[in-house]
Amino acid sequence: MSDPHEQTHIDSVGSYVKILLALLVATGVTTAVARLDLGAFNTVVALSIASVKMLLVALFFMHIRHSNKLTKLVVAGGLLWLAILLLLTMTDFATRGILGVPGK
Amino acid sequence: MADHAPAETLALRVQFDTEAQQKDASTLGMWLFLITEIMFFGGMFTVYTVYRSWYPDVFAIASSSLNEIIGALNTGVLLLSSFTMVMAVRAGQLGQRKAILIFLILTLLFGGIFLGVKGYEWNQKFEEHHIPGQAAFHLEGVAPSDQGHAQLFFSIYFAMTGLHALHMVIGVGILLTLIVQARKGRFSASYYTPIDVTGLYWHFVDVIWIFLFPLLYLIDRHLVK
Repeated sequence: MSDPHEQTHIDSVGSYVKILLALLVATGVTTAVARLDLGAFNTVVALSIASVKMLLVALFFMHIRHSNKLTKLVVAGGLLWLAILLLLTMTDFATRGILGVPGK
Repeated sequence: MADHAPAETLALRVQFDTEAQQKDASTLGMWLFLITEIMFFGGMFTVYTVYRSWYPDVFAIASSSLNEIIGALNTGVLLLSSFTMVMAVRAGQLGQRKAILIFLILTLLFGGIFLGVKGYEWNQKFEEHHIPGQAAFHLEGVAPSDQGHAQLFFSIYFAMTGLHALHMVIGVGILLTLIVQARKGRFSASYYTPIDVTGLYWHFVDVIWIFLFPLLYLIDRHLVK
């Protein structure tokens, strides 16, 4: 028997259909927006839409919304390490050439 | 009288106190695996970010040579497969054995369509001579001295979409196993953990594609008319 507070949450079919429709619309929007010239914001918009889609999939389809705290912490920790990987690598590559190399 | 240990079931193995504890352990274990996968793909996303920042113009031209309409439609197919996958998990939660089977087969079908379209796209690359390392490699609109950078884009394209497709192929294998087990009536409302964690894997592969699609097909497309 499971604890009362550990009971499985069963989402309705309707909520899953809504999430699917939102994901499909977002795919269409990101494809259409890519043709517009937004300057540097093209990348920002594309990645923002992708992040929203990721959140929808993770929270609803992957049930993070109903997961216990330990699972949520592990997922957040994973994303934190990914951010370190990307950001700290780019601090090198993005700033090369700002200062000259001594003796060169 | 000595206590009789309850008989071991699929939903409650002897080493767990409760079914909920066993389920949580499975979910957490799958997530830990997915974290390693995030870091695995993360390395490739980093490679992509570094080289895109070094050769933005060539990458824009190379990226625009991909067909974004096919890419968008294929994204839709993959999202649809995620939907049917989560419906299979829901059927598991409710113990609807027939629905489990139907939704697993639908997921397999959409996954197969995605892979088929991917194969068509890769074949197009061969016909267009956009295969890195090919002696005849030539990307239109790119100076001869920059052809190497264009090859770099396609190397990253094939490595990332190839690795993603490999994960899909593994997912298809797991789905086939689940379908066989579901046909035998192995799953019920108290035990559907394999469907649940396969769902996590399938959605994870979907999330990777959610990022691959804009990064490979869409960014800087507006620069090239």
